[in-house]
Amino acid sequence: MDWVFLSELAINGVLTGLLYSLFAIGLVLIYKASSVPNLAQGGLTMVGAYVVLALSHDAGLPLWLAIPLAALIMFGLGFGIERVALRRLAGRPVVMILMLTLGLDIFLRGTTLAIWGGTSRSMELGVSYDPLFLGDIFISRIHLVGAGVALALFVAFMLFFRTRTGIKLRAIADDYMASWSVGISVERGVGLSWALASVVAVAAGVIWGEIQGVDQALSLLLLKGLTVAVLGGLDSILGAVIAGIILGVVENVGADFLDPLVGGGSRELIVAAVLILTVMIRPHGLFGRHDIERV
Amino acid sequence: MFYRLSGVHHANYVSDSRIFKVPADRNLAAFMFLIGIAAPFIIPSLYLNSYMLPWLIWTSAALGLNLVTGWAGQLHLGYAAVMAVGAYSSIHAARFGVPWEFALLVGGLTSSVIGSLFAFAALRVKGLYLALTTLAMQFAMDWVLTHSPAISGGSHASLQSPTLALLGQEITTDTGFYYVAFGWCVLVTIFMLNLKRTGLGRALVAVREKDFAAAILGVNSFYYKILAFATSSFIAGVSGALLVATFFFLAAPEQFSVAVSIQVLAMVIVGGLGSIIGSYLGVALILLVPGIVNGFVVSLSDWLGMQINVETLAHIPNAVYGALIVIILLIEPLGLGKLYGNIRDYLMVWPFDQFKK
Repeated sequence: MDWVFLSELAINGVLTGLLYSLFAIGLVLIYKASSVPNLAQGGLTMVGAYVVLALSHDAGLPLWLAIPLAALIMFGLGFGIERVALRRLAGRPVVMILMLTLGLDIFLRGTTLAIWGGTSRSMELGVSYDPLFLGDIFISRIHLVGAGVALALFVAFMLFFRTRTGIKLRAIADDYMASWSVGISVERGVGLSWALASVVAVAAGVIWGEIQGVDQALSLLLLKGLTVAVLGGLDSILGAVIAGIILGVVENVGADFLDPLVGGGSRELIVAAVLILTVMIRPHGLFGRHDIERV
Repeated sequence: MFYRLSGVHHANYVSDSRIFKVPADRNLAAFMFLIGIAAPFIIPSLYLNSYMLPWLIWTSAALGLNLVTGWAGQLHLGYAAVMAVGAYSSIHAARFGVPWEFALLVGGLTSSVIGSLFAFAALRVKGLYLALTTLAMQFAMDWVLTHSPAISGGSHASLQSPTLALLGQEITTDTGFYYVAFGWCVLVTIFMLNLKRTGLGRALVAVREKDFAAAILGVNSFYYKILAFATSSFIAGVSGALLVATFFFLAAPEQFSVAVSIQVLAMVIVGGLGSIIGSYLGVALILLVPGIVNGFVVSLSDWLGMQINVETLAHIPNAVYGALIVIILLIEPLGLGKLYGNIRDYLMVWPFDQFKK
């Protein structure tokens, strides 16, 4: 057993896992506020990455300007999606809301590719590709940057949920009706959660776009993001971060053991297995709220 | 108008539990059936083969999913995987030399067994979590399919389907394929029409509305959930096998990917949960309209003399397909079946009762 190799796998697993968390935070934000499973987060991430590209490469803006501008645009898009589509289905059975977000995902993907084309493009963030060596352990710089962004977002949201607006969102997450009756605008709160999730999608899109190129594959992060969100508990941001780390390590180390046995490509299988096991054993996840169903 | 209720009196239970209570419904169904039979003589062979045939097979598949999602209320995002099980097992059986009639049965039964695995997830969780579990199961099954050459057929990952032969007749013409699909679709439709007036159908609806409440009423929800999954998987398996045998002729894993699962679910929901005519309409909309819109865009750009990027054209059907789902859900969350129902209700009492609103 090569401990250096194993710890390299684990550390890179932690970093990759934090990148999954970056994606999953968007899912959790929306689920927390409105109990809507946002299966369009993959599409949003893709749109976010393409908007950044359009602003920086096509319009020639510098990146430091393009990314905040893209975040602003996506903020509006998130608000718009909630206003036009989700609000009208509020209170409907989950199957319809699920289908609506799936339809949105397909629509966003199709439209993005119709406008900007399907060829993979690179983000060119300017992060060096030279590996970083920590002793004998090899670490990719962009993963490190992404993990830093994920943690920064986590801290930012923790602080945000202590502000006045954040407390309103927490109240909405806790009880729709009660928030309504004390004068909180539930609609605006849910809209805000969509807008914030879209901003998170920009961050995820930029980092993942730098890692694997900006193309349709960005929306495939959905399964991993969902697994992380469910494992952490769908309404817990802390859960998303911790579950991301867990999934990253399990996936990285597990794939190393399993790949020789099954002939490669076992990552997806591990992710699917983690999702199935989580739902079977502990559906509300590690830190999620355990809802009791009443007849 | 059209759907006249005049003279329709139910004096006994038998007449009250008929499939078509209004004569117009029966006449419409008979008319559609006759058109279905006459289709090969009316419709050019190209359209028959590339539109009617997939429409009928996908409708039977969608009806199967409607059984488990619309009637029994269990979300299922792994339906394409179940179809794949049926397709691959019947093709392997047919290649092994089993007659096609039995090969289809083998496919259906294998699907039933594998599909019942999904039911065990349904026993533990429901709603969103069930959807996610079935989605994960779809990914796992996809993985197994693509990573086992013994199933998916060697390095090219495609499996040639042997010539379809039913009752000793080799079927090679477009008309023949069409009638096979038509026959299967009619069988499934008759089954589904009858379902709602049997004890099984009522039990499924009870489980859908509230499984605890159903259990208190003495409906064994455990048993009926498994039964719903097994029955719908049987339909899925045979539909999948027929899809490959009459339409693709070659089985490949990407024909049954997660996107296909989503597509079938979209057909069912756009059509309307628990609506049979809705499934027909939903499949037609999801399957045919994106292509039609694309053709329209092409001719429009030709007419305007604009040059549209090839890549843009390639992705327009996808965007349209997503937009259709969203628009239909926003207009009428209960789907096209409900829209049809609204029109029918309106016509039923026309010209009376129009001033109330």
